[in-house]
Amino acid sequence: MSFFMEVLLGGLLAGVMYSLVAIGFVLIYKASGVFNFAQGSMVLFAALTFVSLLERGLPFWLAFVLSLLSMLLLALLLERLVLRHLVNRPPITLFMATLGLSYVVEGVAQALWGAQVHGLDLGIEDTPLELGGLMLSRFDLFAAGSAGLLVLLLSLLFNKTRIGLSLRAVADDQLAALAVGIRLQRMWVLVWAVAGLVGLVAGLLWGARLGVQFSLSLIVLKALPVLIIGGFTSIGGAIVGGLIVGASEKLAEVYLGPLLSGGIENWFPYVLALLFLLLRPAGLFGERAIERV
Amino acid sequence: MFYQESGQFSTRYRQDGRALRLWQQRAALWALLALAFGLLPFIGNDYWFSAILIPFLVLSLAGLGLNLLTGYAGQLSLGSAAFMAVGAFASYKLQFLLPGLPLLLSFVAGGVVAAAVGVVFGLPSLRIKGFYLLVSTLAAQFFVEWLLTKFAWFSNGNESGVITAPPLLVAGHDFGSPAGRYLLTLSVVLPLFVLAANLVRSSLGRNWMAVRDMDTAAAVIGIPILRTKLLAFAISSFILGVAGSLWAFTYLGTVEPHGFDLSRSFQVLFIIILGGMGSILGNFLGAAFIVLLPIVLSILSGSLLSGVLPAGQLENLQKIIFGVLIILFLIKEPDGLARLWQGWRARARLWPLRF
Repeated sequence: MSFFMEVLLGGLLAGVMYSLVAIGFVLIYKASGVFNFAQGSMVLFAALTFVSLLERGLPFWLAFVLSLLSMLLLALLLERLVLRHLVNRPPITLFMATLGLSYVVEGVAQALWGAQVHGLDLGIEDTPLELGGLMLSRFDLFAAGSAGLLVLLLSLLFNKTRIGLSLRAVADDQLAALAVGIRLQRMWVLVWAVAGLVGLVAGLLWGARLGVQFSLSLIVLKALPVLIIGGFTSIGGAIVGGLIVGASEKLAEVYLGPLLSGGIENWFPYVLALLFLLLRPAGLFGERAIERV
Repeated sequence: MFYQESGQFSTRYRQDGRALRLWQQRAALWALLALAFGLLPFIGNDYWFSAILIPFLVLSLAGLGLNLLTGYAGQLSLGSAAFMAVGAFASYKLQFLLPGLPLLLSFVAGGVVAAAVGVVFGLPSLRIKGFYLLVSTLAAQFFVEWLLTKFAWFSNGNESGVITAPPLLVAGHDFGSPAGRYLLTLSVVLPLFVLAANLVRSSLGRNWMAVRDMDTAAAVIGIPILRTKLLAFAISSFILGVAGSLWAFTYLGTVEPHGFDLSRSFQVLFIIILGGMGSILGNFLGAAFIVLLPIVLSILSGSLLSGVLPAGQLENLQKIIFGVLIILFLIKEPDGLARLWQGWRARARLWPLRF
C-alpha cells in the first residue's frame, strides 16, 4: 500500500509540473481565444535565455529579470506582427498560426543560444525526503511549492487588481470589454507576457529536471490532455487536470505498463482525455458551448 | 489571352459535368501528363527522381488525404503520419503473410487497413469538435508509433524496427530503378487524385463542405453527420495509408516507424496550409514548396552565404522561414498558393488589357 501511495504522490507532484505548462495555455485562451501551441516553445525560449545568461556570468536575479523582459518583448512583437492581423479569424486559423509561431520561436531560440543541452542547477538537491514513511522527491516538493506560489500570485492578480478586472472582462466578453474602453491589444500583450512568466517558471523547473534542451518544447504535448480534462477556460481545471494526468500516468506505467511491455506514458494521457471527453465534452470545469444556427 | 473561354459552350449535360471546362485546361493537363510520363523518365537523372520527384508526388498524395479531412470536411488532424505508418506497415505485413500478393493490391490493402484505423480514431469526432479533436488524432499518432515500435510482430521480429522494403515487382517488371520508382509512384498517385477531384464535386464532397462550415446547420438541413464525418476519416486515411506505403516502398526503401513521427504530421499539415485548404491543386503546390524549399535554401547558403552561416544554423533558418511563411500565408492569403494561382489565371484571361 505504501508503494501505491508513493507512486500516487510522485505522480501528483509530476502532475503539478504539467499543470504549470497548462496554466500558460489557459491564460492566453481565456483572454484572446487563441489555442497557443507555441506555449512549449515559449517555455524552451525562456529557459534557454535564462540558462545562457546565467552561463555568461550574470547573477540569478538579473538573468531572471532579463529573461522576463525578453518574454515581454516577444509578447509585444507577437501582438504587433501576428495577433493584430488575425482578429476575427476562425480559431483554427489562429491555432495554425501559433504552430508556425512555435517553429519561429524554436528556430530563433536555437539560433541565438545554440542547440546543445544546458544543465541547470537551481540549488535544490534531488534527494529523497522521508515524510510519514513515504519517500518523496525534495525537488518535486519544491516544484509543487513554487507552482502553488505562482497560482496564488496569479489569482491575486486576477481578483484583486484593476488589470485583473480588465482581464476578466476581456475573457468574459471581448466586445463588451471594448465597449467600456478596455484596450484589448494592450491586454493581449499583458496576458502573453504573463503566460511567458509562467513559461519561464515552468521552463526553469523542467529544465532543472531534464536539462534545458529542445525536448523541452515537447511538453506542450503533455499539457494538451491536461487541458482537455480540466477544460480550456479554468485555471483550477488546469491544476486538477494536471494532477489527474500525472497520477494516472504514473499508476498506469507501474501497474499497466508491464502488461503492455512499457512505454505507455506517451499515449495514456490522451486515451484518458478521450474517455473524459466522451463523458464531458467541455472538460471538467470548462464552459459548455451553446450552439446556435 | 491564354484563357479565352468565349465561344466554348456546353451542348450536352455531360459536358457541363466536366471537371475541366475549357479546352485550354484539358490541353494543358494532357501536355503535363505527356511530360510526366513520356519525357521526364528519359531526361531526368537519379537525383531528380529520388530527391525531388518521388517525395513531391508522395507528399502531394499525403496532402490530398489530409486536405479531404481538414480542408473539405473541416476536421483538424495532427495524426496524418500515424495513418501513413499504418498503411506502410499493413502493406509490408500483407506482402510478407501472403507471398505473391500483387504489389499494387498490397498498397490498396494497406490503404484499407489505414481507413479502418482512421474510422476508429474518427469516432470521437461525432461528439467532440475543433481543438478537442486534436486529442483524438494525437492519440492516434502516439499510440500507433508506440504500437509499431514496441511489438516486434509488426516488423517481423526485427529489433531495430527498420525493415527493407521488398522489391518493386509489378506484373513481372522490376520498378526498382529511380525512373521506375518514379513511374510507379506517378501511376498510383494520379488515379487517386482523379478520384478525389471528382469526389469533392459529388454530393459527398458538398456534404463535407457543409459540415465544415457549420455542422449543426448541416445536421438541421438533413445531412447525415455520422456517415459524412466517418467517410471523411475513412477516405482520408485510405489515401494517407497509400501515401505511407509509397513513402516506405518507393521513396525510402525501408519501412520504419520513425519516418512517421509527429513532425511528419506537421509537414503534411503545412503542405495544405501553404498549398491551400480545400483545394486539389494546392496539394501539389504545397508539396512542391515543402520539398524544394530546403534544397533551394541549402544551395543558396552554399553559394551566397558560405562561411557566413555556420552549418548548424541552416536548420534553424529553415525552421524560422517555414514558421514565418505559415504565419504570413495565414494572414495574407489563407487560401494558400492555390489562390495565388487562381488570381494569376484571372489576370492572364484579360492580359494584356486590364479590364
